[in-house]
Amino acid sequence: MSAHQHAEGHLPHEPEKATLEGRNKILGFWIFLGAETVLFGTLFSAFIALRHQVLDGPHPSHLFELPMIFAATMILLTSSLMSVFAVQAMHNNKVKAMIGWLLVTILLGLAFLGLEITEFNTYVSEGHNMKTSAFSSSFYTLVGFHGAHVAFGVLWIGLLITQIFKKGLTVVTAPKIYLSAIYWHFIDVVWVFIFTVVYLMGKVG
Amino acid sequence: MNLKYVMKRILPLLTGLALLLSGCGRADLSALNPQGPVAQKQYDLIKLSISIMTLVVVVVFAILIYVLIKYRRRKGDKSIPKQVEGNHTLEIIWTVIPLVLLLILGVPTIQTVFGLAKDYSHDKNAVHVKVTSHLYWWEFEYTDYGVTTAQELVVPTNKKISFDLVSADVKHSFWIPSIGGKMDTNPGLTNRMYLEFPKEGIYRGKCAELCGPSHSLMDFKAKSVSPESFDRWIAAMKAPAQVAADAHIQETFRAKCLTCHAVGDQGAHAAPNLTGVGGRETFGGILYNDSDPNNREQVTVDNLKTWITDPQKVKPGNTMPSAKDNQLTPEEIDGIAKYLAGYKLNY
Amino acid sequence: MSTHAANTAHDAHAHTHTVKRYRGLMDWLTTVDHKKIGILYLIAGFFFFLVGGAEAIMIRIQLLKPMNDFVAADTFNELLTMHGTTMIFLAAMPMLFALMNAVVPLQLGARDVAFPFLNSLGFWTFFAGGILLNLGWFDASAPDAGWTAYAPLSGPTFNGSRAMDYYVIGLQIAGIGTLLGGINFMATIINMRAPGMSFMRMPMFTWAIFITSVLIVFAFPVLTVGLVALMFDRLFGANFFESGTGGNEVLWEHIFWIFGHPEVYILILPAFGVISEVVSTFSRKRLFGYSSMVFALVLIAFLGFMVWAHHMFATGLGPVANALFSIGTMLIAVPTGVKIFNWLFTLWGGSIRYTTAMLFAVGFIPTFVMGGVTGVMLASAPADYQYHDSYFVVAHFHYVIVGGLILGIFAGLHYWWPKMFGRHLNEGLGKLTFWTFFIGFHLTFFVQHFLGLLGMPRRVWTYLPNQGLDNMNLISSIGAFLMGIGTIVFVTNVIITWLKPRNAEADAWEDGRSLEWTIPSPPPEYNFKQTPLVRGADAWWKEKMDGKTEMTPAEPVGPIHMPSPSILPLIMSIGLFIAGFGFMYDNLLATIGGLAVTFACMFLRSVFDDHGFHIDPEHEEVHA
Repeated sequence: MSAHQHAEGHLPHEPEKATLEGRNKILGFWIFLGAETVLFGTLFSAFIALRHQVLDGPHPSHLFELPMIFAATMILLTSSLMSVFAVQAMHNNKVKAMIGWLLVTILLGLAFLGLEITEFNTYVSEGHNMKTSAFSSSFYTLVGFHGAHVAFGVLWIGLLITQIFKKGLTVVTAPKIYLSAIYWHFIDVVWVFIFTVVYLMGKVG
Repeated sequence: MNLKYVMKRILPLLTGLALLLSGCGRADLSALNPQGPVAQKQYDLIKLSISIMTLVVVVVFAILIYVLIKYRRRKGDKSIPKQVEGNHTLEIIWTVIPLVLLLILGVPTIQTVFGLAKDYSHDKNAVHVKVTSHLYWWEFEYTDYGVTTAQELVVPTNKKISFDLVSADVKHSFWIPSIGGKMDTNPGLTNRMYLEFPKEGIYRGKCAELCGPSHSLMDFKAKSVSPESFDRWIAAMKAPAQVAADAHIQETFRAKCLTCHAVGDQGAHAAPNLTGVGGRETFGGILYNDSDPNNREQVTVDNLKTWITDPQKVKPGNTMPSAKDNQLTPEEIDGIAKYLAGYKLNY
Repeated sequence: MSTHAANTAHDAHAHTHTVKRYRGLMDWLTTVDHKKIGILYLIAGFFFFLVGGAEAIMIRIQLLKPMNDFVAADTFNELLTMHGTTMIFLAAMPMLFALMNAVVPLQLGARDVAFPFLNSLGFWTFFAGGILLNLGWFDASAPDAGWTAYAPLSGPTFNGSRAMDYYVIGLQIAGIGTLLGGINFMATIINMRAPGMSFMRMPMFTWAIFITSVLIVFAFPVLTVGLVALMFDRLFGANFFESGTGGNEVLWEHIFWIFGHPEVYILILPAFGVISEVVSTFSRKRLFGYSSMVFALVLIAFLGFMVWAHHMFATGLGPVANALFSIGTMLIAVPTGVKIFNWLFTLWGGSIRYTTAMLFAVGFIPTFVMGGVTGVMLASAPADYQYHDSYFVVAHFHYVIVGGLILGIFAGLHYWWPKMFGRHLNEGLGKLTFWTFFIGFHLTFFVQHFLGLLGMPRRVWTYLPNQGLDNMNLISSIGAFLMGIGTIVFVTNVIITWLKPRNAEADAWEDGRSLEWTIPSPPPEYNFKQTPLVRGADAWWKEKMDGKTEMTPAEPVGPIHMPSPSILPLIMSIGLFIAGFGFMYDNLLATIGGLAVTFACMFLRSVFDDHGFHIDPEHEEVHA
């Protein structure tokens, strides 16, 4: 349904569900996240199967620096909260506030990525790279897949912000904002599992 | 057309039945001609499941053939058959009957799974063999005796043989169909299984897992002998190596062959152990020495020469260099072949 | 649809946008019409079917006699790997996608799928991946570690050439397409059903595709992870499956079969759907036990995820795992049996018309039963120690995949050909196709059960004489040639039919029951002039029985909104194709360049909204 001509102010309460296209997108995206869950589930399984195979490389309990990981976790959780506020603002048709929250969301996302890149750099300098052991391969693949998802999310939400500036909030742009928020929450949930399974369990042994 | 249809459906079945009755394959190769208790248990399960499944197939085919003939549309028939929604009684029947049939198959399945998984690795009465698969040959190490051989597994009759199976490179699968089902040899992980050989004989073993170009040629033999004979074989394997009579041949053999192979107490272990190789049934697993029973000596020498001259031609992808790469003269090939063909153990 | 949105549709209609409509080749490259995409899937899938078939024929020539040297040992391994991979991923699945694209939206009473653009993207990524996979033939070596690609034979240590790179990268790209298709059809079936088309009124084929899509969505990501891990091992020195550095090859087996077993049901469930439609139509009877058929589908799919380790009985998982997976696998026989008996009792009391489609369907039933019972035999772990990796397994899975799926696809193609192309395939040639293919099939594969039991391992390049294997291998090869002849007859039939005029009726078989038979053959671009109102199961049959000649419409005639065609899916796939080669040849420029092309297309797609265009079906005029 091409309903792009909606001016701001006439939008229904949940503009993302106003059209069949919007509803299709939301349903399709949830299904996609189901597939993503399986994807990460498999990565987690591979990691759990291989995480004790450290060979000569550093042991995770020496490698991981929990304070920094904890900071990264908090940053990503907060970022997720910001995207909730963005969707709330969208439902109340407050476009400026929505853009503001989205900007905070991606800034926090960028901060998270910065920390992750620093972390990987440190590990590599300590002699822990993709080739070191089965543990290192599965670690970089799992955490790296998540990092790539964060990076994609940042780019995507950034692109959506410019679109909102150009086109305003319409029944075409609203589903996109909504989907990016669901995506962002999903990435956040995956991180909670990574924090627990990779880092906390790695610290314990 | 319907009669033709029925005939065509039944024909393959009849063919199969004929094949089944005409024999169950070679006694040293076929899973349908079991020569040991492990294969026998598996064969019993196979027979049980085939019987149940034949019953199912017969019932389905009978109903199908009946309806296909009875309810075919006659020319010009425009009638609308009764639109039946379903029938709960019938549906319950064809849910419950399969469940019962599966129960009949499931119970012995579970019993046999656990029965065949018995661990004889600490049983003092059992013979313990560590099987290591290589591209494309089999290594058998008798851990109780400190003896290693290759390609031809020698075992005593009427004893449990406990196998530890592992691979040195890619995944292979250890299978002696007429003695028992297969078990994979995984790199880095040891599997365990047991087999029994009640009768003396030579059985054909196969690699069952795709492992490269010569997967199909990665055969081995399992030779079961009397316990006394087995003890003599072990003693002969431990005896000092027989050397070639000709000093030049012996020196060439030491310099060119023993860098990878071993005989008796000499040599290395990167390639098949050659102790007593002249008495083996085959070379390379597939060149049969008994192809001409009246002339076994000559066939053995010829097979060895074929193998040494160009192993790639016999078994593509194996790691043995050709005689050319090894800088062997025809006289040396001949001498080594004769020496090895004569290298037999008495047991 | 809310009235609000409906109003906006009319507003939009008043607006003018320039939408370019293409003709000829560009039309096919840019189409987002599910019917045309279905035809593209059919052409590509059938092309790969012929490629895989040629590989099969070469395999059977090599095995015609003992110690044959028609092809070299390493070539043979390439042939068997590419035969399996091609047939499953590039032939069978695309032909299923062809049928589901051609039929499912019509059966739902929908004008399109939920995501027409993604539908096109799915096709082109599959095609790009398929081509990349097959380009291995023109390199030093095509993939050669079996379609199961067990590590470490497929890993960097023992497979140093690029052979398996074509496999891991080609399948990843093709897998994206399959996953998109799965998501698309799940969303379509949930959201796009016509008014009154409740789930329990959906035709059985649509049900089967729905469950298949669920399986695709939850199984394909597992394969993706496995392929990524293997790719990292091969290209970046990772250690997932390298036992020397702490990796675990059994992990690959688990990952592969957690995907691989549901994949088997992804292949066979659509065939179940086709058979249900064909049997019901040509016996003029409604499907017997509809709800138990649906329940059986769901149960098979659910159990399908629980039984992967039955492919690994000989791996050494221990007696507890083997016992549990034995029992789990046997249980699948129960819902499958329910389906078989329901088909038999659909035929019972019917008025059976033996068209080619029906011949394939009734050929399917006994053949699939034979494949199914050998499946139960294989489920018994101790007996499987004998069957495993022998020709018995080869016989079994060809009975279910060829005897099940391919017979099902042939049934579906002959059945829906008039709907897809407006022309009936020639019945005489169709029946000749059936008999040659069917007899050839049983000749080829029935004896293979016995070859396996007599001690012939699978995937062998050759075999020694005097092992009692010679005659049956000869029979098997002759059967394979007969199947080849059957396929050639089918191709001839297609060409002959192509030259005939389009004269198929809307209800091409007269006894049609579902909505696709209410619209012209082939259907117009927008499928339904007016969305139909569904008043019961077998919607069209019900109207016919009530003496109606057309469906009750659920809406007035009005302008119909259509999505715009787009070249972007093709370009995105080309980008991935280039990036794939970049990865393989370690060429950073090509990798980044290819991915940049793909991401640029995603950017364009996001920034420029697709307003589509409107068609006025009363006047067939197009409002841009």
